[in-house]
Amino acid sequence: MSINMNLLLLLLLPLLTAVAILLAGKTAQVKWIALAGSAVQLVLAFVLLFVYNQQRAGGDTEPMLFQQFYNWFPAWRIGFHIGVDGISVAMLLLTAFVVIAGVLMSWNVQKMTKEFYFLLILLSLGAYGFFISLDLFVLFFFLEIAVIPKYLLIGIWGSGKKEYSANKLALLLMGGSALVLVGMLGLYFSAGQGRSFDLIQLSNINIPVSAQLIVFPLLFVGFGVFTALFPFHTWVPDGHSSAPTAGSMFLAGISMKLGGYGCLRVATYLLPEGAKQYADIIIVFSAIAILYGAFATMMQQDLKYINAYSSVSHCGFVLLGIGMLTKTAITGAVIQMVSHGVMTALFFAVIGIIYERTHTRQVKEMGGLMKVMPFTTTVLFIVGLCSLGLPGLSGFVAEMTIFMGSWENADMFHRVATVVACMSIVVTAVYILRAIGNVAMGPIKNEAFLQIKDAAWNEKLAAIILVAGILAIGIAPAWLNDLIRPAAEIIMQKVGSK
Amino acid sequence: MLNDFLILMKSEWVITLTIFLLLFIKIGKGMKNESLLSLVQILLLLNTVTAFFYNKEGSLFDGMFYTSELIAFQKGILSLGVYLISLVCADWLKKSQHLPEFFILMLSALLGMFLMISSGNLLLFYLSLELATIPVAAMCNFDINKKVSSEAAMKMILSSAFSSGILLFGISLVYGTTGTIQFDAITQLLDGSNLQILAFVFLFTAFAFKLSIVPFHFWTADVYEGSPIATTSFLSVISKGSVAFIFITTLYKVFQPMQGVWYNMLVILAVITMLLGNLFALRQQNIKRFLAFSSIAQVGFILVGISSNRPDGLTAVVFFVLVYIFSNLAAFGVASAITEKTGQENIDDYKGLYKTNPFLCWIMALALFSLAGIPPTAGFFGKLFLITAGAARAAYWFIGIAALNMIISLYYYLRVVRAMFMDKNENPIEKIKFSRSVSFGLIICAAGIVFVGLFSWIYQYIQSLIL
Repeated sequence: MSINMNLLLLLLLPLLTAVAILLAGKTAQVKWIALAGSAVQLVLAFVLLFVYNQQRAGGDTEPMLFQQFYNWFPAWRIGFHIGVDGISVAMLLLTAFVVIAGVLMSWNVQKMTKEFYFLLILLSLGAYGFFISLDLFVLFFFLEIAVIPKYLLIGIWGSGKKEYSANKLALLLMGGSALVLVGMLGLYFSAGQGRSFDLIQLSNINIPVSAQLIVFPLLFVGFGVFTALFPFHTWVPDGHSSAPTAGSMFLAGISMKLGGYGCLRVATYLLPEGAKQYADIIIVFSAIAILYGAFATMMQQDLKYINAYSSVSHCGFVLLGIGMLTKTAITGAVIQMVSHGVMTALFFAVIGIIYERTHTRQVKEMGGLMKVMPFTTTVLFIVGLCSLGLPGLSGFVAEMTIFMGSWENADMFHRVATVVACMSIVVTAVYILRAIGNVAMGPIKNEAFLQIKDAAWNEKLAAIILVAGILAIGIAPAWLNDLIRPAAEIIMQKVGSK
Repeated sequence: MLNDFLILMKSEWVITLTIFLLLFIKIGKGMKNESLLSLVQILLLLNTVTAFFYNKEGSLFDGMFYTSELIAFQKGILSLGVYLISLVCADWLKKSQHLPEFFILMLSALLGMFLMISSGNLLLFYLSLELATIPVAAMCNFDINKKVSSEAAMKMILSSAFSSGILLFGISLVYGTTGTIQFDAITQLLDGSNLQILAFVFLFTAFAFKLSIVPFHFWTADVYEGSPIATTSFLSVISKGSVAFIFITTLYKVFQPMQGVWYNMLVILAVITMLLGNLFALRQQNIKRFLAFSSIAQVGFILVGISSNRPDGLTAVVFFVLVYIFSNLAAFGVASAITEKTGQENIDDYKGLYKTNPFLCWIMALALFSLAGIPPTAGFFGKLFLITAGAARAAYWFIGIAALNMIISLYYYLRVVRAMFMDKNENPIEKIKFSRSVSFGLIICAAGIVFVGLFSWIYQYIQSLIL
């Protein structure tokens, strides 16, 4: 028995939501439409998870399930080809979580509400499309769709030096996509007679090694820019800190994951030989990113900057896992993407809640918030502990899996890199505990803070949804692991078979 | 025979009849500007619609005039462009004291372009090129009270005369070495001698002038800035498009045996055209100059597509010109609406425009994203196909430079978006009222920008015409 799931629904729903937002008359309607749309999308993501597991349990071993193919530009062999494997399902689930939380967190946006929600939904549409596409052209299309909403979200609704940050982000991400474009065309033309943009077809073709060596770095660095690959991470701190709350949540929670997913699905899967050749360099740079990100965070006073730099460090783990090229490490990398997505979105949500009430993000100016906003600070503790890798929360599961996978490589180089990466956990503990301690504990430094009210219903709901995500991965990681591992095995078979 | 005569040249006939009709109206009692404009718009729409039907291949006058379904489609695109100009610039046109003359000139130029892309020998090509150029110089002068407008006309006529001279010299050398001016006969007689290469270089230069390829672009910015926006948009879209069409035919068909020569020229010129166009656009303040340099950069991208020397390249160029018409006319339309009501042309004046004119801002943003090649706009598909076509032959560095240019261009397109949406301004331009035909024209452009790329049958249709 096979149950089918129409993946187009995942695209149609945000599209309809976006159109409905444009047509809606009142601001209040807009919010509810966006919330309803993202809630249904979340349900849809769970249905997809369920149906996917059913199908796998039924013994379907096809790498990609629920495929659909429509001719788009047959002249260039471009087809609208979509399908999912375990990794995509996990990423779609993550996206749905972050989107609904982001919508809830933007409940009080006063300025141009309609446009704000429209761009938010458009951004999520780009992510959904990206994670289900099985055609490089379609993938690239969705990757770039997301750039402009980010630019406008930061530039219009942001704070601080928002225009500068928005420009920096748009140009660096555009640079990343330009590299992806060149790599994509290189892949297309080096496939010889079987040239195609189709991922499945390309994965069956042996691309000449000489071409792989040129194309792999283009694609990997191109996607790497999105996921804060050192030294192209500079858009991350500025972009995140200037963005409005939901913008930061989307950027860190979803958008940075596009890059990691692309590195894995496109660069590593299609160009295994290139991946092997460059794996050591990837490891070196991601180890630098992990340590550098951690130390840079120590110096930050602004809560958003703290989370942004720690994102650089955490996303370094994703690339480290990919560079280790073992099944466990790659599984860990994907778990880290999901875990970090949920965690960092929650962190930004909490920062947003605090900032809206205290009007400051400087750690030094806060203190004793535990007394006035117990709910928010509790969530802050949870997310902080998750970030430093406390067992029982998602961060631990992800990092542990990556370290175990890394240790499977028995040589000196990989061991050293693993140990270096491990060291960052200590640094993380220092900056997280210091920041949280300063914010939540101690005496209240500003009398105005005594008037503060705790989180409102929408903020509480958003936080609860994301905390549930963290706990679901942290306490019972097996379901996520079982979802991702077979897909990681398929990728590794391709890498190992040659 | 007579049937052929009527049907093969039907676009030309419609235009000619329209021109005569306007002449009679002018000589006779005359009409009110508004009713005349509506009449012309209807005739232009008719012309656009008829251009897409009953097309067949054939030639007239011993091969001097040649047409095919592809050429008819190209004429259709150009007619559509002129129709859109008559819509988006309606408010300026209405006020003009010499409306019939403006359209007579514009349609004469269009007629010249139709004959040019249909020409089968060098004589008709030269004559029609002149017909397509000289009326435009007069159109440049239509802001009669402004000095810059006359200056623009003067620059336009001088530079075109200069390029015509070069073209004629090239033609005479071609005739001297091959003894014929028929396109298909020339192809067989090309042997790649030095004199023929020289002749080709001269012909190429003339094209480069018209397309404003760097380093033959110097006239562009001044002429664009000085002319009224209706003329500027005609120059930047219709004129560029038609020359691109005949340029690609000339290279792919007539000078196919010399492709080794022109391929290198194209690659080098494409690189410097994209780079310089983009770098100069970075620093422009005036929106018309800004769009002038951006259009130079866009021509660089067209050259990337042309360099593929395959049917793919031809398809990509025709498709891109179609997309370019929608995107550029939307941008010019918005600029025209603003300039018409407030007289302001600087990017800084657009600050805070979103508060007062959200509709215009969204159209402008859409147009600029399309020009920058951001999905889901049609410009993304257009640029990507041009680059893919070019990549089929060239090395990675060539595509790399094209991709790099997409980043640079994004920077300056975002500058305008930033001014409109983000920058604060105490006294933004007040709410602008514009007539229904302007908003209709802008909506058509926006629809074109959004749907032409996503609906892939348009691309496939163009391709089916070529193969």
